[in-house]
Amino acid sequence: MNDTNTDVIQGTLDMLILKTLSLGPLHGFGIARRVEQVSQRVFKVNPGSLLTALQRLERAGWLDSEWRQTENSRRAKFYALTRTGKKQLEAEKADWNRRASAIARLLKAEG
Amino acid sequence: MSLWRQISRGTRTLTNRSAADQDVNDEVAHYLDQATAELIARGLSPDEARRRARLDLGNATAVREQVRSSGWENVVETLAADLRYAWRRLLSSPGFTAVCALTLALGIGASTAIFSTVNPILFEPLPYPHANRIMMIWDIFQGERSDVTFHTYREVKKRSHSFDALAAYEGWQPTMTGVAEPVRFDGQSVSSEYFRALGVAPALGRDFMESDDAFHGPNVAILSDSLWRRRFAANPQIVGRAVTLDGDSYTIIGVMPRGFDDVPASSTEIWSAMQYDPGNIEDLRSAEWGHHLRLLGRLQPGVSLDGVRRDLSTIARTPVAEFPRPRWASLHNGFIVDSLQADVTRGVRQALLAILGAVLLLLAIACVNVTNLLLARGAQRQGEFAMRSALGAGRSRLIRQVLTESLLLSFAGGALGILVAENGVRALVALSPPGLPRVDAITVNGSVFAFAFAVTTLIGLGVGLFPALHASRGDLRTGLQHSSRQTAGSHQLTRRALVVAEVSLAIVLLVSAGLLLHSLNRLFRVDPGFDPSHMLTMQVQTSGHKFDDLTGTGAGSALRRQFFAQALEQVRRVPGVSAAAFTRLLPLTNPELDIYGTHFEKDQGGFDVFRYVVSPGYFEAMRIPLLRGRLLNDHDLEGSAPVTVISASLARHEFGSENPIGQHVHIGPTDRPWFTIVGVVADVKQVSLADSQLDQVYITPAQSWFADDVMGLVIRARGDAAALTPAVRKAIWSVDKDQPIVQIATMDNLMAETAAERRFALILFEAFGLVALVLAATGIYGVLSGSVAERMREIGVRSALGATRGNILGLVLRQGMALTALGMIIGLVAAVLASQALVTLLFGISRLDVVTYAGVIILLACVAGIACWVPAWRAAGVDPATTLRAE
Repeated sequence: MNDTNTDVIQGTLDMLILKTLSLGPLHGFGIARRVEQVSQRVFKVNPGSLLTALQRLERAGWLDSEWRQTENSRRAKFYALTRTGKKQLEAEKADWNRRASAIARLLKAEG
Repeated sequence: MSLWRQISRGTRTLTNRSAADQDVNDEVAHYLDQATAELIARGLSPDEARRRARLDLGNATAVREQVRSSGWENVVETLAADLRYAWRRLLSSPGFTAVCALTLALGIGASTAIFSTVNPILFEPLPYPHANRIMMIWDIFQGERSDVTFHTYREVKKRSHSFDALAAYEGWQPTMTGVAEPVRFDGQSVSSEYFRALGVAPALGRDFMESDDAFHGPNVAILSDSLWRRRFAANPQIVGRAVTLDGDSYTIIGVMPRGFDDVPASSTEIWSAMQYDPGNIEDLRSAEWGHHLRLLGRLQPGVSLDGVRRDLSTIARTPVAEFPRPRWASLHNGFIVDSLQADVTRGVRQALLAILGAVLLLLAIACVNVTNLLLARGAQRQGEFAMRSALGAGRSRLIRQVLTESLLLSFAGGALGILVAENGVRALVALSPPGLPRVDAITVNGSVFAFAFAVTTLIGLGVGLFPALHASRGDLRTGLQHSSRQTAGSHQLTRRALVVAEVSLAIVLLVSAGLLLHSLNRLFRVDPGFDPSHMLTMQVQTSGHKFDDLTGTGAGSALRRQFFAQALEQVRRVPGVSAAAFTRLLPLTNPELDIYGTHFEKDQGGFDVFRYVVSPGYFEAMRIPLLRGRLLNDHDLEGSAPVTVISASLARHEFGSENPIGQHVHIGPTDRPWFTIVGVVADVKQVSLADSQLDQVYITPAQSWFADDVMGLVIRARGDAAALTPAVRKAIWSVDKDQPIVQIATMDNLMAETAAERRFALILFEAFGLVALVLAATGIYGVLSGSVAERMREIGVRSALGATRGNILGLVLRQGMALTALGMIIGLVAAVLASQALVTLLFGISRLDVVTYAGVIILLACVAGIACWVPAWRAAGVDPATTLRAE
């Protein structure tokens, strides 16, 4: 194990989940895998945080959940983005872009 | 949507916890399966894959817990768990819980009840707009408040510029006839601006106008809401209707609003215009020059109390020709001016403030006691908190638990406190002395309750936090090892200080109660001058124009005397009546007193005296002892030589050791034949048992220079006096059915009433003193038990080293009694200071009465001794082997 930091950046887990689900419904494990794959293993999702976050987002009305059969005929809880969830994702993306570019500018200026 | 989701999901989780748990478990299990499956697909053996997946996931239980603890429902669940736990804890020590809750209930309830009672009387503004502008104005006689004359009212009204409205008023008890039984109402004759001075207008009809108050003006009356509802069925057409009052027809012109409280004369139900003659200045013997009016004014905006006092004193000092003043209305002492509120409460203010002070002491004791109990409990629970802390309970979790427990206790105490306050207020109103103003306005005061509740709750919370904070902060090992020895020291010190405080507060209350008790005993031992047992008393009035004597023929007066004589004859025939007599003045009542000057032939001087017009047989009925000469008898008639019987005090004042029999005196007018003194009787208490008072002269109705229209009737019964009432009324009405009979009371009641205010204060102080005593004893007991429990080991060692039972007993007793003694010393000093507030309520004893102080010390010492003895006895019973082994 190397000591590269793979923690999801504080406060971005919600956005990552919403983004991942914007591509289609997934269950918890699927979301974790997808985040890891797409980020090319830069981020590793902690299962406890993920499942708690899913419950919270569902409560907030951004996700819907449903128990369904998976492709290998197991029951799994699938999450899907709701309309308000889509709006929330857009808002978080805009916010993130604004902040990320600001940080990028700052780093550039220093360099 | 989102909120709805929050609530519905949360509620579903709460109502079906296992399904929700299953959901989370399934999801976690599925996650694990997927992770494992993926690892297998990558070529790991199933076992290895499962191991790696588990490692990856971390502690599955922790994950489940993490998922579970999100959402509001978990807060609720924790709270419920806390409550359940707190409930079990409180039930597991019922003694502690009961004492705490009861202490809180008494403290909260009693202080709320007392403050609720005192508040509308002393502190709340009276129920009028700008009530602080309403002033009472009095003439001054011998330094005291005195009623004003009509012409003084006229002068102030004309000359003063301080008032928006100025009104005079006097009592008026009209009898309504033309109905089944004659009824007498409590009323007031008022000048036209009376209601404007109070700032309240009638709800129905109109207010008095200046023309209503003119001499020989129309007979008009305004009703109170309660009288309107009671006697006139709340008839909305009442205005304009006529009623017969004292034989005259009065037109009802208005009805006052519901809830209107006539504070200057609170029992008033009907008002009429007083209609004095402003032109009648020459006749100095006229009613216009008599001191029988009260004066009430509403200040103009911007006029201060000082301003109006200056204004009126200037008027008093500078007479003008337009307003001549006879000697008795010269105003040379000026006026007494005070706000209406200060005026009506001046008699009860001292007593109420003393009671308020007492209940604050009680609240303080309650707080101290609860603090003490919680500290003791906290000390015992140090170990428990250390243990819970060691098992992983966080600081906030511990604090939350303690807060829950304290709050639960406070709410239990508060709930009981509401009961105490409700019943307390009801009892206070029932017990309240007759002179108490604004009794109708007394209700449980919510904000006061909230205040008392908040104070005690905050104390509970604050004190309860100590052990939890200590446990969460402290070194767990020390806590677990020997629960509390280090902290016990500081806690014990605090608790001892609290016990000392409790004892001293209790002393203050007990001394006050003792002083009042002693005073009341003294008061009831005062000899009223007659035998009050088995006596029924009432007032009989003559009402109607047939008794008028305007023509000066004397026919009305003769009729009046005849009615009273016939009524008495009928009453004496009632079975069960052993003696009966009429008297102008009924002892131990305080009506408008008949006070006249005497003028002795011997030295041309005299004294003010009470004029008792009594029917012969009065002394026998009252059992007033004859000291010299003879009593009045049936031969002392109109035509025979006028005779009088005087009181022993008058004989002493005028004649010293000389024999007064045969001496001559004028009573009242000096232009009549002399009264010859034929007898001397013992003094009688007229106004109340407590007051020193004027001397008395007795004459017969036949020989009085006018016929009184109201007489007191005293009846000595063979058995139960009160039971005679219906028969006596029937007997009187058999003579004339239109004559009202009022104020029926047994003499025992009148005796009790004169002491009502003191008794009221005494009952409260006794109750508070008793509670304080019990609380102080609980405090001493609690501290000593705690101390004994903590010193078990030391006591064990002592007895192992040869200390006898007596030694141990003495050790603990000394500790407890030392605290008590210290509290007593502080308490006695405080009691001496506090007793100053009671001075006006005391009778016949000094506020430093040694017997009372000594009695209280002995009482408290005994109770404290018992409270110390129990833990001491327990300590002495300690088996050294057991304790030493237990350590």
